Order: sequence, then C-alpha cells, then structure tokens
Amino acid sequence: MTTNAAAMGPLAGREAPFVRIANASLYYGEEDEGSLALQRFDLEIARGEFVAVVGPSGCGKSTLMKLISGLTPRSSGHVTVDGVDVVRPLKTAGMAFQNPALLPWRTVLENVLLPIQVVRPHRTAFRQDRAPFVARAKALLAKVGLTGTEDRFGWQLSGGMQQRVSLCRALIHEPEILLLDEPFGALDAFTREELWDVLQTLWIERGFTILLVTHDLPEAVFLASRVHVLSSRPGRVIYTTDIDLPRPRQQDAIFTPRFVEYVHDLRAHVSRARQDT
Amino acid sequence: MKYKRAIRRAAYSASPWIATIGFFLSWELGCRLLNVPPFILPTPSAAIGALLEYRDGIWFNATHTLVTTLLGFALAVVFGAGLGVIVGGSPLLYRALNPLLIGFNSIPKVAVVPILVLWFGIGFVPAVLTAFLVAFFPITVNVATGIVTMQPELRDVLRSLGASRTDILFRVGLPCSMPYFFASLKIAITLAFVGSVISETVASNVGIGYLMMSASATFRVPLVFAALLVIAGMGIIMYAAAAALEWRFAGWAMRT
Repeated sequence: MTTNAAAMGPLAGREAPFVRIANASLYYGEEDEGSLALQRFDLEIARGEFVAVVGPSGCGKSTLMKLISGLTPRSSGHVTVDGVDVVRPLKTAGMAFQNPALLPWRTVLENVLLPIQVVRPHRTAFRQDRAPFVARAKALLAKVGLTGTEDRFGWQLSGGMQQRVSLCRALIHEPEILLLDEPFGALDAFTREELWDVLQTLWIERGFTILLVTHDLPEAVFLASRVHVLSSRPGRVIYTTDIDLPRPRQQDAIFTPRFVEYVHDLRAHVSRARQDT
Repeated sequence: MKYKRAIRRAAYSASPWIATIGFFLSWELGCRLLNVPPFILPTPSAAIGALLEYRDGIWFNATHTLVTTLLGFALAVVFGAGLGVIVGGSPLLYRALNPLLIGFNSIPKVAVVPILVLWFGIGFVPAVLTAFLVAFFPITVNVATGIVTMQPELRDVLRSLGASRTDILFRVGLPCSMPYFFASLKIAITLAFVGSVISETVASNVGIGYLMMSASATFRVPLVFAALLVIAGMGIIMYAAAAALEWRFAGWAMRT
C-alpha cells in the first residue's frame, strides 16, 4: 500500500486509525497478583501521524510501546495495528531505545543491515543479492550524516553517532511504524537537537507513523503533531493536545511564545498527574 | 626522561620473565641457605637435572598426558558448549537443570575415578573422562551466562522484526556468548590437566600423574618436581593457545 502520509499529517484520522487501542489493560505477571501497568487504556494513532507520549516516570510509557509492538501482548481489551489484531510481536516494526544496542561484533553497515537479514521476504532476497540493500543502507547512513563510518564498529563512535546508526537500523526495512523509547534521553543537549532535525526530516520525507515516548517536553512539542499525557500508574491518557506549529520546525522555534506555551501547558498536566499518585 | 620511559617499558614487557626467574632463584637460594634436604624440597636445579636425566621417560609420559587432556578437553568443549546453548536458550531448562549441574560440579572428581575404573578399567579412558568431567562445567556455565545476559533491547529489536527464537539465538545470543566461551576455555584447559593427572595418579600405569606417584613411592623427589614443572609448562602453553583463539575470534569484546 502507498503512504503519502506526510501530506496527511494529523488530519489523517478520517480513515480507520492505523493503531487502535480500546479498553486495553496490561498486567505484568499473573492477573490477580501481578502489577497493573495499563488499565482500560484508549488511544488511536492515524497512519502517518507523529505522536508523542509524555508522563511521570513509571507511568507505563514503555509498556505502551510493548503493547503496540506486541512484545508484551495486552491482557484484555483491543489492540490493532493496520487492522490486524496484535497478539504476537509485529513483524515489521522499527524500534529504537535510549540504549543504541548495536551489536559490537558487527560494523556500522552490518548493524544497519541486521533487520534485512531477519525480516521476510527481505532475508531471502538479501541472500541472493546484497548490493541493493547495501546501497540502501549507505543512502540511509548518508541521510543521517554518517557517510564514511560504514566499516567502523559502533563502539568506536560517539553516543550521538551510535544513536543515528540505531535509527538507521530501525528504518532500513521501511517499517510502517516507528516506535521510539526515549531515543535521545542519554545524549547531550546539542546532539539531541541535531537528532530532532534528522528525525523530523526523515518523517517528512517518508511519512511513516511514529510513536515517541519521552520525558522531555520540548522534545515532544518540537517533534510531534499530537502529544498525549499519561497519568501515573496504571497509565491512562488524561490529556491530549495537537501541536499546531508549521513544518519543518526550526531550532529557534523553541524560544517562540507559542512553543513555550505548549510546553507550559503540558508541564501543568504532567505535574497534576504526578500529584494524583 | 626518554631514557627512563624506555626502561619502564622494557621492565613492563619483561615482567613475566623477571617474576618467574625471581621465583625460581629465591626457591633455589632458600633451599641452599636453609639446607633443606632434597627429599623434602629439592632445589629447582635438582628438578631440572632430573628432568634432563629422565627426559625420555618424561617425554613419553608427558605426551600421553597431553593427548589424554586434549581429548577430554575436546569432549568438554563440544558437550559443555552444547549444553550451555540449550540451558542458556531455554529459561525452563535453565531452571530445571541448575540444581543437577551445581550438585554434579560439587562432587570431588577424585571420588569419581574409582567408579570410572570400575566401568572402564584403569588407564586411558578414566583419565580422559575425568578431564572431561572437570572441564565441561565452566564452559557450560559461561556459554549459558553469555546467552542469558544478552541486552533485552537487542532481543526486543529482533522480536519486533518477527525473528524466531533460533534467529535470535544465532544472530545475537551465540555471538554474545563468544567472549564468555573463549574466556572459559582458558579455565577449562587448565582444569582438564588437573582432571587427567588426578586420574593417572589414582589409577593408571602411564602418564605424568603415574610417573609422579611411582617417583614419590621410591623417594625420587626431584623427579616428582620435574614432573610438576612439566605439567605447569604444558598448562601455560595450552592456556596461551586458548588465549590466542580468544583474541582471534572474540577480539571485538576487548576494545582497545
């Protein structure tokens, strides 16, 4: 199917939602004695939408990622992605975490190619002819500013560069949904803002759906088209706001009154969520 | 300044030799100054003298022990790594087999030798099996640990791509466990020597262990020490070989 989702942006909600979570709960452990991470959770994400989820620590933000990716399927309720019931891991999600989690025995290029060696049907095609995939990986690395690092090892790169590699790995198989769990959390402020630009550019060009989990409110406002605030555990969406700022957003937009207003508004709701514990 | 640094660097690279030679020199001097009788503690020079005097017998028995040890070690690598992969790959089996493995490893292997002799007779086979039994455990534990301690994010990345359990094991689990595996080889090879020599000491009529027993029975103590030196030497050489393998195949884990 074709996705010209960049053009749709947040208004894409008219068709059936790409991700639909309705009345879903998730327990860790046994239902009666385990801990309840998400309770009667509702969330919809349109195809091609860039959504951020913020909330107090321990509110189940990461659990939400596991719920959607199917890594930890729901205990009850409904979760569908692209109309398919999520009861086992999705086959083609792209994921990136705070820890870049590169394989230390593989070069940068080989790390980026890892999903190609796993995802069907790419893995068969890759075995027959590597060249097109290598070209694709190199193009992607060039896009995030890593030309020339292909044959180095991840641990020889700086933290920011490793995180770029991790992003490339999450995107190489052209997933329809990208799940990002605080991917820039461990980076310094300058590197982080550079990577915001990289991610925004990739999203505008390719139009995949993004769910970004973060505790950094300016990050959420800068990147996302819509931000959801979660309550403390068990997490529920308590506040949703559309970020109506023109794209592509520039670094200095952070200091405009409207941007600051969005951040303050979100901060107020997050701190209310924290007090409710 | 430059001169000083060169000396320090030379001292660093020569330090293993200096320590070893220093050890033997103080042993030699201690024995001579305190007049220790040779049947209590012979000087290293006496041991080396015995080594030269009985070189044919020592060579014959040492090669026998070496072959025994390497065979037991090879069995331990195959069986130990295989069991490690199985145990590390399945939380259920990890839990199920853990008490058995620990209990088994706690048994002094010297106590098992008589049983092995009962089954296989004295000599070669019990020695190989004892070397195997002593050496496989650290390999199993290390390989299993290497697989289990895989970063959870890596597992999640692969699972979200629809990877099967075997995919995850081969793409991530096994490579992750390689540094542990090669590190365990260094421990296992020296343990394998312990196993085969123990068995030869208890129940064999060939091998370095047997040579030591018969030499001490006839109070040829310098020969006993010569045999000990040979075992230590073989251990060091095999350790170095295992370390070289580690560097070759898991060098990525030693980031320099």
